[in-house]
Amino acid sequence: MITFVLMVNRQGQTRLCRYYQSINMSRRTSLEANIVHTCLSRSRDQCSFVEYQELKVVFRQYAALYIAVGITEDENELSIYELVQNFVEVLDKYFSRLLAWQIMFNLERVHIILDEMIQNGRIVETNKSNILAPLNALDKMADG
Amino acid sequence: MSDVVEKTLTALPSLLSFDSQPGAAKLSSTSKLASLIRGITELTSKHEEEKLIQQELAAIKDQVSSPNTSMRQMKELMVRAIYCEMLGYKASFCYIHAIKLAQQGTALDKRVGYLAVALFLNESHELLLLLVNTVLKDLQSTNLIEVCMALTIVSQLFPKDMIPAILPLVEEKLTHPKEIIRRKAVLALYKFYLIAPNQVQHIHNKFRKALCDKDPGVMTASLHIYLQMIKENPERYKDLTDSFVTILKQVVGGKLPMDYNYHSVPSPWLQIQLLKILSLLGKDDQSTSEIMYEVLDESLRRAEMNHNITYAILYECVKCIYTIHPKHELLEKAAKCIGNFILSPKINLKYIGLKALTYVVQQDPKLALQHQMTIIECLDHADLIIKRETLELLFRITNGKNVTVIVEKLLEFLRTSKDDYTTIDLMGKVAEVAEKYAPDNKWFIGTMNTVFSLGGDLMQPDIPNNFLKLISEGFDDGEQDRMLRLFAVDSYVSLLQGEPERLPQRFLQVISWVLGEYSHLRDDLEPATVVRLLANVLDLKQASSETKSWVLLAMTKLCEGEAAKPVLQGVSETFCSSMDTVLRQRAQELQNLHLNPELWARVLPRDAFTEPLEVDSSLSFLDEYVSEALAAGAAPYKSPHQRQEELAQAKAVSMEPYSLSLPVSMSLSSLDGRQSPTLPSMSSGLSGDSTDHSHKAGTTTLKLDKVKRVWGREGYLAQRESAAVEVPGPVHSADQIEEVGITQNPTPPPVADQEKQQLASSLFVGLGSQTSSSLMGKSEPKHQRLRKKAKDPVSSSEISKQTSNSIIPPPNSLDNLLCNSNMDPKSHGVDLSACHVHKDNTLVLLVFISNSSNSDVQQFIVQVDSGDVEVSCLSESLIDELRCHHVEVCQYSLTAKRPSVHLEVSGLVSFNMPDRTPQTTHFSYKLPLPSFIRPLELSTEEYGTMWLAFSHDTKQNLTLVADVQDSLRATLDVLERKLHLHVVAVIGMEGIVACRLLRDQLCLMHCRVHGGTLAVWLRSSVPDLPDCLLYHCQRVLQEV
Repeated sequence: MITFVLMVNRQGQTRLCRYYQSINMSRRTSLEANIVHTCLSRSRDQCSFVEYQELKVVFRQYAALYIAVGITEDENELSIYELVQNFVEVLDKYFSRLLAWQIMFNLERVHIILDEMIQNGRIVETNKSNILAPLNALDKMADG
Repeated sequence: MSDVVEKTLTALPSLLSFDSQPGAAKLSSTSKLASLIRGITELTSKHEEEKLIQQELAAIKDQVSSPNTSMRQMKELMVRAIYCEMLGYKASFCYIHAIKLAQQGTALDKRVGYLAVALFLNESHELLLLLVNTVLKDLQSTNLIEVCMALTIVSQLFPKDMIPAILPLVEEKLTHPKEIIRRKAVLALYKFYLIAPNQVQHIHNKFRKALCDKDPGVMTASLHIYLQMIKENPERYKDLTDSFVTILKQVVGGKLPMDYNYHSVPSPWLQIQLLKILSLLGKDDQSTSEIMYEVLDESLRRAEMNHNITYAILYECVKCIYTIHPKHELLEKAAKCIGNFILSPKINLKYIGLKALTYVVQQDPKLALQHQMTIIECLDHADLIIKRETLELLFRITNGKNVTVIVEKLLEFLRTSKDDYTTIDLMGKVAEVAEKYAPDNKWFIGTMNTVFSLGGDLMQPDIPNNFLKLISEGFDDGEQDRMLRLFAVDSYVSLLQGEPERLPQRFLQVISWVLGEYSHLRDDLEPATVVRLLANVLDLKQASSETKSWVLLAMTKLCEGEAAKPVLQGVSETFCSSMDTVLRQRAQELQNLHLNPELWARVLPRDAFTEPLEVDSSLSFLDEYVSEALAAGAAPYKSPHQRQEELAQAKAVSMEPYSLSLPVSMSLSSLDGRQSPTLPSMSSGLSGDSTDHSHKAGTTTLKLDKVKRVWGREGYLAQRESAAVEVPGPVHSADQIEEVGITQNPTPPPVADQEKQQLASSLFVGLGSQTSSSLMGKSEPKHQRLRKKAKDPVSSSEISKQTSNSIIPPPNSLDNLLCNSNMDPKSHGVDLSACHVHKDNTLVLLVFISNSSNSDVQQFIVQVDSGDVEVSCLSESLIDELRCHHVEVCQYSLTAKRPSVHLEVSGLVSFNMPDRTPQTTHFSYKLPLPSFIRPLELSTEEYGTMWLAFSHDTKQNLTLVADVQDSLRATLDVLERKLHLHVVAVIGMEGIVACRLLRDQLCLMHCRVHGGTLAVWLRSSVPDLPDCLLYHCQRVLQEV
């Protein structure tokens, strides 16, 4: 099961976070700080998976942006690693050309896209057209 | 092909640069959101951040409650609030506005409203109730996007109690022409299944329809429900194996539309999901496994492209192949796959390979041998997680021959580990293998000393508890026991003479207990010397009061002879005025006992453990309290260590290799043995926080063997005991079986440096075939020498003769007829059968015991017991003697203690055969709730007042009896006939019904025909009764 999805920049600032288990604010902040610390301190030739308490964290770096996904023991690390790539590709498709600031200025849209892909910690859709369909329809409504 | 992929991958990140922000300013330079974002990107310190966000929150608060705020502006405010919460600042004043936005906004504004609700609130938040109406409205909207939004929020979070309100609407959507709506409806039902499984059990056949949906998206969504249901009960879904195999075949064969591909691999995540389902279905089931061999082979073959995602599929495939009933060719291919992973230069693949190897190594240890040199390299790998995974692997291949090397490696890692969580985990593992495989006393005590020193006070308390229990109970060999204790005493004396201030509290406690109990074994050691050493501990600054009380207790045991008197006098005087009441009490005890040697000898006799002390350590007096708490929904007890272990369960490798009898023997050894600290810790008396107990335990050295075990791996064991003791014959242990499976010592390692070779040979010793025979033979007992000996040969011989009868409940009867149940022919010539008879105020259980043998049996005792049901005996239960060819009947009156879907009565029949051999037979008898339901006759007015007084309720739509004129009447008739409910009145399309659960737990039901279904509303004075009764209503109506 996926327990959280986290996007942070190189300075360790959170750009997006989504939790699939309820977690209180103070524990959340310390968890994010720890994960950011662990991920930023890793080099490219090191493993993309790290242990954090009872969780495994899968992370992937895109230039200045880091995406970290917390998973439980029963999840397949490599498939999550590729899920992150799929997510980025979906964003890239939606924004035509993904730039980091677009994530900040369209936080709600990124969330909506993520909601289509992951629910209750499970991967519910990976087909790019299916993922984007609801959001595209909303955009069309706003235009028309 | 793969090169192209790699190129696009590397091209992407460069697009993600942060510096190119030209468009950002243009986009919305004037908006408040833009300035917030700019503010955030320019932050340099935490302090600045706090200032910025507090300002922002104040601004949002101001604007959000203004009546002039438009929905568009509200949306922006919500996004700003989401930002604040994301950075860790509560914006709780916004929550109500998020709900309002979801309710009143349109299109994207509305979606953002829902999004904010999902991000801000959790499942139990009370504001969530305010969302129900909005969801209801949107579900009925003609705008498909709104329906989509409503279904999305429902599948993310929804109040459990309100599910009945929207369930019919969601169900309706399962047949919607648009596939996206059908897909989302299935996901919503998945959510319902997760939070309230009994609410959706009537739509199981609709899940099957979703599985066969022509849209792959809908089918994929339904797999989530199936994975969950199959996890809980694989037996029920074996018939679907064919369907899952067919789906996987089609996916692998590329039959899905192109847009389901990811980097030219057809729907990889779907493949992984299907493989997970198949491994659950094929586990321990040869015929089901056979169905899937072909498709697994195909998956392995197809996944040959060089891409991470195909490796992810391969990994899942390998796991599946090793989980299901084995097939040689597939195993070979899977092993090759693992080999490729491990040897890969890519570190992620190496990790996955190690993880796979850890998973399969218990079934196929020779695979570890094949890769021993790689494993050795991984052990010194710079990347911590690779090292960790390798240690996990080593832990699983530990045996009596390599234990010293492996423990050394584990301890080496522990010394450098900075993470508490890892430390605790590894500590438990070292203690476990040390106990199980210790080659000699010196090593064992030395290793445990390291564990105690390194583990400090982080350690789970069951590690020292188990250790002390082991020392005190000893093994079969008295001389060995003495040697072990002597070693411990020697080692502790020298530790105390060294630097006791560096020892952790828990270790000091262990030391004081052992010295108090066993230092007399050393003839040349004066008690006074030990007392002085202990007194030093009392003087330590960091000694906690808990440690001090252990020390005082140890001193009390040592107050023999004159030499120590002055020290003892001083200590007791100091602590007699302590502020700590426990310490004061200990000091008083010490004071009185050391001045009165006669009393001392009587209170603290040496070797006290030879006489059992009556301690109800099963805490049986708490049984009722515990079972009530469990029924009220409390989680069963798990020891801290066990909880942690369960988190690692998935890694824990199925302990049941194929069709060997291992599962049963495992459960036996887990009940009987104490090889692992994860097993139930019975030595609670020694747990540090209750000093009172520790006193008792200390003086009697924990004589706990004969007490009934009430707690087990799964929690409360009360009724499981009968199931766990049915195995006759010798007890196999896990490691024994592990070694049976080995056949061949594989290829010699390639040229590598000698040191590594040496390490390899010491690590992997005991895994090859040439050693396996000796392991099975004479050296095996040596490995087990630290296990608890069989204390009671009599009881074990009894166990082997025990059998278990299960009496199948007879069909329900409304009239007071006696129903015959099937007779189970029994070996001892004593047959058991039972039936139940409905009476107005009780349910009578009749147990027939017939002696069909040609001899009389003596000392006949029948005991019937239950956690769910109150049992009172109507006839003499002590029959004492059962003549040959006679039948005795025992009658019991049963009333339900509390509602439950099924109530179970279990019992025990014991008797002596003519040749005086004792026999015991267990039986259990399951009664459905309706057996305890009686009609409740009352007037409509009485019904009205009661209805208002009851607080526990449930609502649900049920199916009506179809194809009859008055379907309401017909449905109520069925309920009246089958569940013994009383129909109070029928008015138009509504009916009211009442019943009582023996004796006086009442339940009322209100039924209304609505849109072709029967909307029922149950209310009761007791919790759970409405839910349980509803379950049976659904059942009987489905059967019609």
